[in-house]
Amino acid sequence: MAVTGVHPVRIAKGSGRHRRSAARRRARRLLTYLGVALAVSLFVIPFIWMIVTSLKSPEDLTAHPLSWLPQGLYLRNYPDALSIIPYMQYLGNTMLICIPAVIGTLLSCSMAAYSLACVRWPGRGISFGLVLSTMMLPYPVTIIPLYLVFRHLGWIDIAGGYLPLTVPAFFGAPFFIFLLRQFFVSIPVELSEAAKVDGTSELRIFSQIILPLARPALATTALLTFLYTYTDFLNPLIYISDPDRFTLSLGLLGYFGQHGAAWGPLMAASAMFTVPTAVLFLIAQRTFIQGIATSGLKG
Amino acid sequence: MRTVGGPRRLSRQRRRALLTGLLFQLPWLLGFAVFLLYPALASFYYSFTRYSLFKSPRWIGLDNYRNLFGDQFFIQYDSLGHFFQSAVGNTLYLMVIGVPATTLFAFVVAMLLNTEVKGIALWRTLCFLPAVMSPLAASILWVWVFNPQFGIVNAFLSFLHLPQPGWLNDPTWSKPTLILLNLWQVGFSMIIYLAALQGVPKELYEAVAIDGGGFWARLRYITIPLVSPVTLFNLITGIIAALQFFTQAYTIAGASGNPQSSLLFYVTYIYTSAFQNFDMGYASAMSWLLFLVIALCTAVLLLASRRWTYYER
Repeated sequence: MAVTGVHPVRIAKGSGRHRRSAARRRARRLLTYLGVALAVSLFVIPFIWMIVTSLKSPEDLTAHPLSWLPQGLYLRNYPDALSIIPYMQYLGNTMLICIPAVIGTLLSCSMAAYSLACVRWPGRGISFGLVLSTMMLPYPVTIIPLYLVFRHLGWIDIAGGYLPLTVPAFFGAPFFIFLLRQFFVSIPVELSEAAKVDGTSELRIFSQIILPLARPALATTALLTFLYTYTDFLNPLIYISDPDRFTLSLGLLGYFGQHGAAWGPLMAASAMFTVPTAVLFLIAQRTFIQGIATSGLKG
Repeated sequence: MRTVGGPRRLSRQRRRALLTGLLFQLPWLLGFAVFLLYPALASFYYSFTRYSLFKSPRWIGLDNYRNLFGDQFFIQYDSLGHFFQSAVGNTLYLMVIGVPATTLFAFVVAMLLNTEVKGIALWRTLCFLPAVMSPLAASILWVWVFNPQFGIVNAFLSFLHLPQPGWLNDPTWSKPTLILLNLWQVGFSMIIYLAALQGVPKELYEAVAIDGGGFWARLRYITIPLVSPVTLFNLITGIIAALQFFTQAYTIAGASGNPQSSLLFYVTYIYTSAFQNFDMGYASAMSWLLFLVIALCTAVLLLASRRWTYYER
C-alpha cells in the first residue's frame, strides 16, 4: 500500500510523543476504572437498597435524614412477608406451572428442531420458513382469540386456569425451535448417518445420539423458559382468578396494591422472589450467556 | 446403495423420510395451527365485529377502527401534552426516546465491560444481574427507589441541594423514570453487545493505531461498523418490546396509567378493553393495528439498515 513509504516517519514521530502518550494512557486507564465503577454502582445500588430496606423497621424507613444502614437488624419483615401473602403456597403454584412448561418446551421444540435439522424430508424448507416467520409475531395479536379458544374448550374454569399456561408449551415455541435447530445443524451428520446404516430407529438416534450432544442448547432452552414462566405476569393475570391459585407474581402485585406503603415486607418479598432466578443464573452463568449471545448474533 | 435400489425404492425412502419428518414436526405444526394461525385469523375477523363475550359477535364493518381514532385514551391530537397522555403517544415516546437510549446505554456499558479492569468477570455478572429480576419485582423496587419522600434518589438529590421531582407521581417525569428502569434491566442487550465486541479482531485496532488513530478513530471506523448487526438486532427487538410494554406499566400505574394517563400504554389498553370492558372486537382491532405497526417498523429498519450495517464476508 501507499502507506508503507510514510511508515518510518510515523514511528519516529510517535516515539517523540512517547512521554505524553504514556500520561494519556494513564489518564485513560483512570477514566476506564471510573466508568466501570460508576456503571457497576448504578446497577448494584437499587439491589442493595432493596436488601437494606427489607432489614429496616417501619420507623427506621421514614426517618429523616435517611440513613443507609438500618438501626440494628430488623428481621421481622421476612416472616411477615411469608405470612401476609401465602408465600410458600404461591411458590408451589408457580412451580406447578413452571415445571410442565419447561418439560413441554424441551420435548416439543427439540422434536421439531430434530425434524428440521436432521431429517431430509420434502416440506422441510416450508416448515422452517413457518418457524422463522412466526418467531417475531407479537404475542398481543393472539391474546384475545387465544383466550376465546380456551374459553370454548372450557379450560378457563378447570384446574385453576393452569391448562392455558402449560399445555401450549407442549406444542412448540418458534424461538426455541430455531435456537435448537441451529445447534443440531452443527452436530456432524456422520454420527447419525452411521447409526442409520446400522438400522437404528429415528427415535433412538434422536434420543440417544442427538439429545445428549445438544445438552448446552437444551440447558439454555430450559433456563430461559423457566425464567420467562417464573416471572410471567400477563398470562397468569388473564387466566388465574382464584386467589388460592395465584402465582408469586400475582400475589406480589395483590399485596402491593393493598399495602403499598409496607415497604419492609414488600422488599423482603421482592428479594425472596428474586433469589431463585439470581441463584439459577449464577450457577449456569456460562451456558446462559453463551445461549443469549449466540441466539442474538444469529438472529 | 441408492443406484441399486432404483427409483421405486428411492421414492419409498423419501416417503419414509416425509413420514418421520412430519411426525417429529407434528406437535409444533398442531401448535402453530391451534395457538397461532387460528387465533390470528379469528382476531382479524373479530376486529370487524362487536363482540362482548356474552353475546355472539355481530358484524359492524370498520366501526372499531373508526372509533379508535376518536378515543381519547387511544390517541389525542389537540396538543402535544395531551398526545403524551394517550396509549399511542406514550408507546411512541417509549419507542422514539426509550429504545435508542437503552441501546446506546447497552453499548456504552458493554464497552466499559470489555476492558481489562481487575475483577472484570464479577463486574460483568453484577451489571447483568438486574436483567434476571422479574419485571414485576423490579417495578415495585423502582416505585420505592424513586419514592418522592423516602426514596434513595431524592435523598441523594436533597443531599446535593438539587431539586427533587415527583418522579412516577409527576406526569412529565413518569415516562423518563420508567425508561430508567429499562436502562437498569438492559442486561440482555448488553451481553449481546459484549459478545460482539469480543469478536472484533485485534489486528484491526492495531492497524488503526499504526495509522496514528486514537480511541475515537477506533470507535468510528472499527467498533461501530463491526457491531452494527447487533445494533440492528437490539433496535428491532427493543422496538418490538416497547410496542408490547405491559408488566412494568401495569404494576406501577395500574390499568388507567396514572398519573393523568401518562403511563397508559398500548397493550395496557388492549388488556383493559378486552378483560375489563369485555369489548373483544375493539381490542382485536387494536391488536391488528399493532401487528401492522410492528411489521412496518421492522421492515423499515431492515431496509434502512442496508446503509449502515456491515457484515463480514
